[in-house]
Amino acid sequence: MELKYYLILSALLFTTGVIGVLVRRNAIIIFMCIELMLNAANLAFVAISRSLGEATGQVFVFFVMTVAAAEVAIGLAIIVSVFKHRETINVDEVNSLKG
Amino acid sequence: MNAEQILFILFGAVSLIGAISVISFRHPIYSALSLIVTFFAQAGLFLLLGAHFVAAVQVIVYAGAIMVLFLFVIMLLNLGTLSAKGAMGGKLKGFAVILGILLAIEGIYIATNVLNNTAIASAQPATATPNTTTYEIGELLFSKYLLPFEVTSLILLAALIGVIVLVKRESESEN
Repeated sequence: MELKYYLILSALLFTTGVIGVLVRRNAIIIFMCIELMLNAANLAFVAISRSLGEATGQVFVFFVMTVAAAEVAIGLAIIVSVFKHRETINVDEVNSLKG
Repeated sequence: MNAEQILFILFGAVSLIGAISVISFRHPIYSALSLIVTFFAQAGLFLLLGAHFVAAVQVIVYAGAIMVLFLFVIMLLNLGTLSAKGAMGGKLKGFAVILGILLAIEGIYIATNVLNNTAIASAQPATATPNTTTYEIGELLFSKYLLPFEVTSLILLAALIGVIVLVKRESESEN
């Protein structure tokens, strides 16, 4: 398959993630949509790496995955402690991190 | 159509349907399970691109570790009954979807047109390159990208300490 089609698929996946962040109000689902966007970027990295014939793009995928793992660990810890204080994780109601 | 094209359409369709399910299911558990389907389909796409090691890491780290964390937190907080009401956004929802469709059109435009004038377009066609081996990735990671690799370990350390501090402060304030 041509590079073009992989990039189009990546753009569509990224857009789905953006719409999810804008539309949903549940903080955990917003986090999942951020993962979706990071994965779309990973797909573009690997496709372009294949097209250029070198492994550099795949090295960057590992950095993206590390950042995603760190982000999820901290983000979910924050969500759990926000939930303990306020009994909700609806982002419209949680408008301040100060407990 | 050859086998590669059929597999691309299959995996691409599954990952897109999974992604749309993530944002349309009301219950977070269903969203998390759809996200796992998307991750597996993307691992299939990585296999098609010859990135075998990345595909394996995708399944182990994303579909394995990260999604287990998500499911654990969803079940820990027991969000099902709580978040069903008002799960979708309010007045500006339609506006957000229109903006998203505009963004998709821009992305497709970039993918089809702008790339024609860059170095990526003039590179070797995809079929000419052999599969990337784990050896190549490891060699790059420990030579050219050694400093970013070490900084990555600092990020993980910072995340570890951050989570411990968050949880610890929580338990102290309760006592």
